[in-house]
Amino acid sequence: MAFVELSRITKSFTLGSDEVEILHGINLTVEKGEFVAMMGPSGSGKSTTMNILGCLDKPTSGTYLLNGQNINDLEGDDLAVIRNGTIGFVFQGFNLLQKTNAMENVELPLLYAGMPKKERRERAKEALIQMGLEDRLYHEPTQLSGGQQQRVAIARGIVNRAPIIMADEPTGNLDSKTSDEIMKLFKKINEEDGITILLVTHEPEVAAYAKRIVHFKDGMITSDEMNLAVKIS
Amino acid sequence: MISMTEIFRTAIRALKRNKTRSMLTALGIIIGVASVIAAFAVGAGANKSIDEQIASFGSNFIIVFPDRSAMSTTGTTRYLTHSDALAIEREVSGIEAVAPMIDTSDSVVYGNTNWSTSITGSTASFSIVREWEIESGRDINESDVRQGTKVAVIGKTIVNKMFPGENPIGKSIRIKKVPFTIIGVFASKGQSSMGDDQDDFILVPLTSAQRRLVRYNMPGRIGNIFIKGVSMSALSYIQSETEILLRERHKIKPGEADDFAVRNISQMLEARRKTTTIMSMLLGSIAVISLVVGGIGIMNIMLVSVTERTREIGIRMAVGAKSLDIRFQFLIEAVVLSMVGGTLGIVLGVFAGYALASFTSAPPIFTVTSIMLAFVFSALVGIGFGYYPAWKASLLNPIDALKYE
Repeated sequence: MAFVELSRITKSFTLGSDEVEILHGINLTVEKGEFVAMMGPSGSGKSTTMNILGCLDKPTSGTYLLNGQNINDLEGDDLAVIRNGTIGFVFQGFNLLQKTNAMENVELPLLYAGMPKKERRERAKEALIQMGLEDRLYHEPTQLSGGQQQRVAIARGIVNRAPIIMADEPTGNLDSKTSDEIMKLFKKINEEDGITILLVTHEPEVAAYAKRIVHFKDGMITSDEMNLAVKIS
Repeated sequence: MISMTEIFRTAIRALKRNKTRSMLTALGIIIGVASVIAAFAVGAGANKSIDEQIASFGSNFIIVFPDRSAMSTTGTTRYLTHSDALAIEREVSGIEAVAPMIDTSDSVVYGNTNWSTSITGSTASFSIVREWEIESGRDINESDVRQGTKVAVIGKTIVNKMFPGENPIGKSIRIKKVPFTIIGVFASKGQSSMGDDQDDFILVPLTSAQRRLVRYNMPGRIGNIFIKGVSMSALSYIQSETEILLRERHKIKPGEADDFAVRNISQMLEARRKTTTIMSMLLGSIAVISLVVGGIGIMNIMLVSVTERTREIGIRMAVGAKSLDIRFQFLIEAVVLSMVGGTLGIVLGVFAGYALASFTSAPPIFTVTSIMLAFVFSALVGIGFGYYPAWKASLLNPIDALKYE
């Protein structure tokens, strides 16, 4: 069984009295350990698909199986458990808690998992060191550069040993040099730790790190192929 | 669910981030709790002081005294006499005892000791009307009064000051160079609510006081008359009957003013007690209203805080916070605010209570119950007014919350 399986997913929004369908039957299967880039112009439905994949939003119709579990059957708090234990998120705007240091930000998923304090601190520290932030453990977001903030966010994504990281335009706010650094980190955790990575981007240079590229247009997948020219470094 | 300690830690951290706002919000509760504490303490203090006054006067108590303002206009008796007192006792019904009184003060000498104290001349009714108990020896009796014997019953303070380690009974003291033999000692009543030492006095037979101590020109003249009624309800009747009787005896014509006054002390005190109770209820309810207003302040700020921190809520939900986690986070913030406010309010309330009570001369009374109650009430205000904002926060949809700018 595939790790991620979307079949005939549709999503509609109500705009005034009109129903607008923005996803028209998405089918997507991702195996464990893959590194998939989802590309497309804005409004193509890639972010909406990502939100459904991340259990942040629910599809209007279709089925979503994650790790063998039917997500359609789950409600509020059960989805929170999935987001907590199975998925790590990385956002374009970093989405770190302000006036809260890197350690505390990274500890957050563990806090909601109910892990004791001592273990939380060890795991958070370990994740931040893995992201090369050993000398920034107690810095607050405002004291960190964009790249450093995004590395804190990735550390938060991996700290609970989630098998899948979902990143929505993770390099959107970063310059190209920092983008490269961040993408190398994704590549590294994909290759060394076997973490599945789903990435939304509209930049080909970023997508070039992925092993597989899925193109979206007008709420449909237009192409889904292996990236034969994976960027090495 | 995350642990309570973590929720509290998160709440305190969030409140510290906005120190000024948190303090201002807590201020509403501080003032509310302080006024509740102060109002009830001052009310309880005032009530207690009135109770003490009632106890020190004795119950069902009426006092008759000469009205000095009328003295110059009437050419009549002007003074109360022993026979006035006897007439009242004889002719007015509903009376338990009547004590004619002469009050003076003088220094008392025993050996080398000299003590200035107040001296009361009265009859055996004195201890009934004023509710004094004899601790040792005996009280003055009718034959003492009839014969004008030179005996005295002394208060506990006199014993302590003049007879330390000695049995005063049978000893002779001198008042105005007249020797009086001590025949008894009153049991202590302690300090009055006004801070006077009630035990600092000497009782002598009325006739002895008249002849030996005050030496009025007019025979039979006394100071006041104390009356004890059989019940509270009899007092009004006794008061009006006494007035009629004394007008007759003093030959006051209709239309002329009384040369005496009858005061129903017990009823006056009872009325004061009612006023005090109403006042403290009024103060208390205003205080409770201000506490509720403080609670609304908390709700207001928490609602603002939930809106401002929508994105934070989104982040927390994205990394796995359940709706109950979010609800508890905001609820506990409100509770911490109100409990900090409650604690500071208790401290402020104690100060305010003493400050207020300095105007009323009755010390405030703080009970553990009232303080606990104020604290619990402030926590309840936090829960009550924090629940709606917290519930609102917990209903947010993670994707909408994350997109919130």
